[in-house]
Amino acid sequence: MDQTHIKYTLSWAAMAAMGFVLIFMAQMVGLIGHYGVTTIVLIGINVIAALGLNLVVGISGQFSLGHAGFMAIGAYATALIMAVMPGVMGFIVGMVTGIAVSGIVALIVGIPTLRLRGDYLAIATLGFAEIIRIVIMNLKITNGPAGIFGIAPFVSWQLVYILAVITLIIVVNFVRSMPGRAIIAVRDNEIAAESLGINTTKYKVIAFVLGALFAAMAGSLRASFIQSIAPKDYAFMQSIMILIIIVIGGIGSMSGKVITAIALGILDTLLQNFGSLRMVIYSVILIVVMLIRPQVIFGSRELSLKKWLFDGGDGHDTDHTENA
Amino acid sequence: MTQTILKTHDLSIRFGGVTAVDHVNIEASENELIGLIGPNGAGKTTLFNLLTGVYRPTEGDVALFDGQKLAIVNQQSPAKRARLGIARTFQNIRLFESRTVLENVMIAMNSHTRAHTWDAILRLPSFYKHEATLKNEARQLLSIFDMLGVQDTLATNLPYGQQRRLEIVRALATKPKILFLDEPAAGMNPQETADLTRLIKQVQQEFKMTIILIEHDMNLVMAVSERLYVLEYGKLLASGTPAEIQQNADVIRAYLGENDT
Repeated sequence: MDQTHIKYTLSWAAMAAMGFVLIFMAQMVGLIGHYGVTTIVLIGINVIAALGLNLVVGISGQFSLGHAGFMAIGAYATALIMAVMPGVMGFIVGMVTGIAVSGIVALIVGIPTLRLRGDYLAIATLGFAEIIRIVIMNLKITNGPAGIFGIAPFVSWQLVYILAVITLIIVVNFVRSMPGRAIIAVRDNEIAAESLGINTTKYKVIAFVLGALFAAMAGSLRASFIQSIAPKDYAFMQSIMILIIIVIGGIGSMSGKVITAIALGILDTLLQNFGSLRMVIYSVILIVVMLIRPQVIFGSRELSLKKWLFDGGDGHDTDHTENA
Repeated sequence: MTQTILKTHDLSIRFGGVTAVDHVNIEASENELIGLIGPNGAGKTTLFNLLTGVYRPTEGDVALFDGQKLAIVNQQSPAKRARLGIARTFQNIRLFESRTVLENVMIAMNSHTRAHTWDAILRLPSFYKHEATLKNEARQLLSIFDMLGVQDTLATNLPYGQQRRLEIVRALATKPKILFLDEPAAGMNPQETADLTRLIKQVQQEFKMTIILIEHDMNLVMAVSERLYVLEYGKLLASGTPAEIQQNADVIRAYLGENDT
């Protein structure tokens, strides 16, 4: 069993390293220009945000429309701290602060709202994100609707790549553990979960807070990469963009999220040339994809290296949490 | 003298104008097997929901044995009561359908294992050790009930009888003191019902726990119960041994209807 685990872990590590080397080589040879690097970074940021939201929407089954609010907290915390603390240290402190504040806010927002169900929770979280946006718009320190410019760039594709991989590892490991299973149990059947002694609100809040932490990380990375932030970047549409990745990637499937984020990122870049038609074409493609496969791309299945590489292994010890 | 571990005092709940459970006084001792019967709509499941914490009583008390003495638990959530040693199955099966049989049992063990979140995220050796212990315990439990062969099957893909059985195994995984079974034989064929009768006996003998059972299958309930409570229109109609209940005129009337002649 341990042997399989080690082989399995190493294979994933090799795959992650291979992706890194591939991008590195492509950049060296000149296959990926400035534009390509931007696309890669934005894809990585979306992957981080989507994996976080997936914990909330996919794994714990709570419909949240407030992800942009947490991204905004991460972005503004980073920008504000970097204004007084220039340099790499400022960026690191900013990101950590953003993540911490976002987690605390998620805790405060989550405890009352996660008692709500379905549509009500969606509206409550949407309201929360709007509150964050309007507060930012009206505060002096955040420079109102104009936003903050000239944020020092410390974000390279390498950093985003590594953080996205770390996010993936944390999320997958968390889901395939006792607390992760408890969260899924609450999603599958809340009444049964409660009858077994599982504190349902606690586990929903844990998923919500974890999701908010990753959202803040994504927001922080984006602030330093784009070098400017404004409240309109964190409006309702931003939450929807991340939600689209989750729905198309198959609610719950992790690898589906990553692949969808990459596909949509590339599509987005390709469509840059179409000007104002861009959003129309983008929407049409989304509708077509949804029509062709409602349980789009992955359903809740996972890309499983174990299945490909070690098929026919020790049946008893196969990890059956794949479709988490 | 056996210890009383569950007791109600004038337990009542009203939904609008309907009194679903009306001043019910019941009690259960350690390792006792009690049947709860009554016509449809008599308030049996509502009584279960009051005892397990899904509903809070409008009037009266529920007391559970908590270490040394009976403690009133009216305001405690189902999760808290589960930790006091209550487990249940449901009339309409409630499994974690997207999970395997083994995982269903492992999730139930959650209540008495600490969550090692950081060990899990960092995949420390202690995480693998902990998982292995849990899996072993879950498999032992499954093997007692001949379900080891389906441990990797998704719960939703199990045949009906096996789903009922898994629900019981899952409840047992919480190591309860009292097990509530809500119509475990509903929808079962005679063969499955016979298996279930043996299973219930086996659980009571091997795990030494109190079992309270709602059941419409009279053969089953008379075969396994040591004592019976009969509910009608939310009120306690009769109580006694199966033999006494079978002779009870009120019970016969409730089940067969008034004899006008």
